[in-house]
Amino acid sequence: MNSAQVPLAIGFNALIAGLILISAFAMVATRQVQGVLRFFILQSALLATSSFLIGYSRHSIHLLALGVITVAAKVIAIPWVLKRTLPGEVYERREIEQVLNIPSSLLLALLLAIAAEFIVAPIAMASSDPVVRVNLPIGLAGVLIGAYSLIARREALPQLVGILAMENGAFFAGIAIAPDLPLIAELAVAIDVILIAVVIGVLTRDIKLTIGTTEPSALTELREEPQPWR
Amino acid sequence: MLRTVGYNLIQLLFVLGFAPLYAGVLSRFKENIQSKRGPSIFQPYRDLWKLFHKDEVISSETTWIFRATPYLVFVVPLFVTSLIPVLTDYPLAFAFMGDMLAGGFFLALGGFFAALAAVDTGNPYGPMGASRTRMVGFLAEPVFMIVFFTVSFVAQSTIPYIVQQKWVASSAAFFSPAHILLLIAFLMLILAEGGRIPVDNPTGHFELAMIDESKGLEYSGRGAALMKWGGQMKFLVLTCIFLNVLLAPWGLAHGQQLGHVLLAVPFILLKVFLFIIVLVMIESSLSKLRLFRISEFLGAAFIISVAAMIASIFSGPGT
Repeated sequence: MNSAQVPLAIGFNALIAGLILISAFAMVATRQVQGVLRFFILQSALLATSSFLIGYSRHSIHLLALGVITVAAKVIAIPWVLKRTLPGEVYERREIEQVLNIPSSLLLALLLAIAAEFIVAPIAMASSDPVVRVNLPIGLAGVLIGAYSLIARREALPQLVGILAMENGAFFAGIAIAPDLPLIAELAVAIDVILIAVVIGVLTRDIKLTIGTTEPSALTELREEPQPWR
Repeated sequence: MLRTVGYNLIQLLFVLGFAPLYAGVLSRFKENIQSKRGPSIFQPYRDLWKLFHKDEVISSETTWIFRATPYLVFVVPLFVTSLIPVLTDYPLAFAFMGDMLAGGFFLALGGFFAALAAVDTGNPYGPMGASRTRMVGFLAEPVFMIVFFTVSFVAQSTIPYIVQQKWVASSAAFFSPAHILLLIAFLMLILAEGGRIPVDNPTGHFELAMIDESKGLEYSGRGAALMKWGGQMKFLVLTCIFLNVLLAPWGLAHGQQLGHVLLAVPFILLKVFLFIIVLVMIESSLSKLRLFRISEFLGAAFIISVAAMIASIFSGPGT
């Protein structure tokens, strides 16, 4: 790798990769539901920036469009949809019950990040492209950490954000290795993600209205008597 | 040779002279952002002047540790100053006396004696603050180590000047995920070591909540002035390491002439000023953490620094 000739856009992409990893850690470490959502918005915005930068440096109109789609879907639409479907009280809640406490969660997230680097290293090293070498391990780390918060969180909304963070990670790895992915596929994914948010948001709202909590772990009993819908 | 010794002295004078100003601008800005007028930015100089002209009272129960500590706390940041790039981006005369670990040990030595002196007086608040500072200290230590080892691994050297050159000379090292991770980890460390807001409230006057401040409660007159000035210098030194070694060497003097070195002074002050703005934004938007949350804060810094190490091994410039 010739160090002097790294283009500026690619260089900034590497810095953004670091920030994306930090925001993944932050989503694990945050207690407040609102905070988790904010870090998700931040991560999505960073992802869109990275997409713009790579698209600019590779002259790929697909990636530029992808950045626009990301901003529209994840920075604007999903938070708006969640705000509309879920009552405000959910966001203000603190001290989410987690399976593990926050320091152990962070340590596990770190282990996942290290594992991601190890797993991807043989593939990434084979590529001479600096973007691939940066994006692939951090994207995989994002996927794994998102999956972990899906397991460890006990509230519905952070779990949803975990799914979306997994998608962000996969996306971040994807823009590096497949710059010319057909736009229609990305559009489908973006709309899918919004639909997931709507469905989970409405479902959570109904669970909340019926049993008064948003913790899926409280849903352990099967009841036979017919529940009035709402 | 003689000239670089002279430049080293200029660096020392820079740190000596501008450390109170740094503290003054910081507190003024913080008050301004809270819609208050705030004290003059030269207030720390006046405080030091006043304290130096007051009588000093020393309890007869104390030992030599209590009397020696202010001088040690005052001198230690100056030692570190001679090891790090404050104004120039080429090594000066004393640069090879010690590496970054030596700098870390020097600062830790000052902290150690400050804690001993706090216990020495028998004041109930002193030992409490000292033990809390030690708690923050031992949680911060691993982050320090890993940040230094990571940059040294990339630069193949532990001398701050060389690290700084290697770290930013190649854009591959500058533009790497590890760089930004290290910056965030070290920023969290500065907040903890400097007793800034998410960890400790520097303007708090409530003894039970104090971490850093309560160590100096028993000092008066000259001792208090030296402790205060030493603390301000330590914070400026940490800031200089952050800005000049880890962030970017922009504004450092490259030429050998005296004019170049003097010209670097306003540039470095500008950098410190921009850093103050960031610091004020952090301090004004966060609240002080509960004592047992500090371990989470520094744990997060540790996680980020280890992630930086791993990223620099696998996808960073080291390979």
